Amino acid sequence: MKKNWWKIIAAVFVLYTIIAGFLFKVPAQPILHESIRNLYFHVPMWFAMMTILFVSVWHSIKYLSKSNIESDIVATQAAHTGMLLGALGLITGAIWARYTWGAWWVADTKLNGAAITMLIYLAYFVLRGSIDEEQKCARIAAVYNIFAYILLIVFLMILPRMSDSLHPGNGGNPGFNKYDLDSTMRMVFYPAVIGWILFAVWMFTLRVRIEKVKRKILFND
Amino acid sequence: MLFALLIASITLFAQDAQAPVEMADGLYQSGKIYVVVTVISVIFVGIVSYLIVLDRKISKLEKENKNK
Repeated sequence: MKKNWWKIIAAVFVLYTIIAGFLFKVPAQPILHESIRNLYFHVPMWFAMMTILFVSVWHSIKYLSKSNIESDIVATQAAHTGMLLGALGLITGAIWARYTWGAWWVADTKLNGAAITMLIYLAYFVLRGSIDEEQKCARIAAVYNIFAYILLIVFLMILPRMSDSLHPGNGGNPGFNKYDLDSTMRMVFYPAVIGWILFAVWMFTLRVRIEKVKRKILFND
Repeated sequence: MLFALLIASITLFAQDAQAPVEMADGLYQSGKIYVVVTVISVIFVGIVSYLIVLDRKISKLEKENKNK
């Protein structure tokens, strides 16, 4: 139980966001209306994805320096969880866009960047699946993972800021100041981000543990 | 004529004034938003319980494998 305190925080924070996110007052903005509350749910998906993928690339670097296969397992499973969050982020973003911008998808730097990032990470799994030898697979995948994370930063953080974008927080304007300035929204948004990140970590550690047990059973047989 | 212009300018002015942004106030007044919040909360608690059970199962598997 002592080791699991952060899981409790994750559950409590997300539950708090669900309740407070619906009931607390939000600033009345044209076009957005009540959909501004999506900020509490859509944006944390991306924050969690970037954190989890950072964990993934971190373990890939660790694998390259120490050649410990456990690091490779962590890197893979983290990337898997990151993809889930990214997919949820894309879907929720598309739904939100449909009812505020009027289309499911717009050819926007931020949106296309997010889509390209997902494809780059899908290629990571294709690459893994195509190499049989374990050590070789782990090493090549680790190198590719570093490349993928750098591209993620370029496509999600740098390019959208250099051009105009419909998506908030771009076009030279860092962060979400416009909405976040409201202090009630901050009170929900920050716990939401922390809660979802911890929740994502919980999900991916479960995956890692299953994978490790699986390997052990395979070795014992 | 002058009066007509005056009326026209007043209506124009009225349009310029910020119309209150439409929010789902009615839904909150009727109080039924709490129903939605409860439903989502129940779903989330369910998912968390599911994760906790999974977590325990994996812990058990890990222990069994250590003893081998």
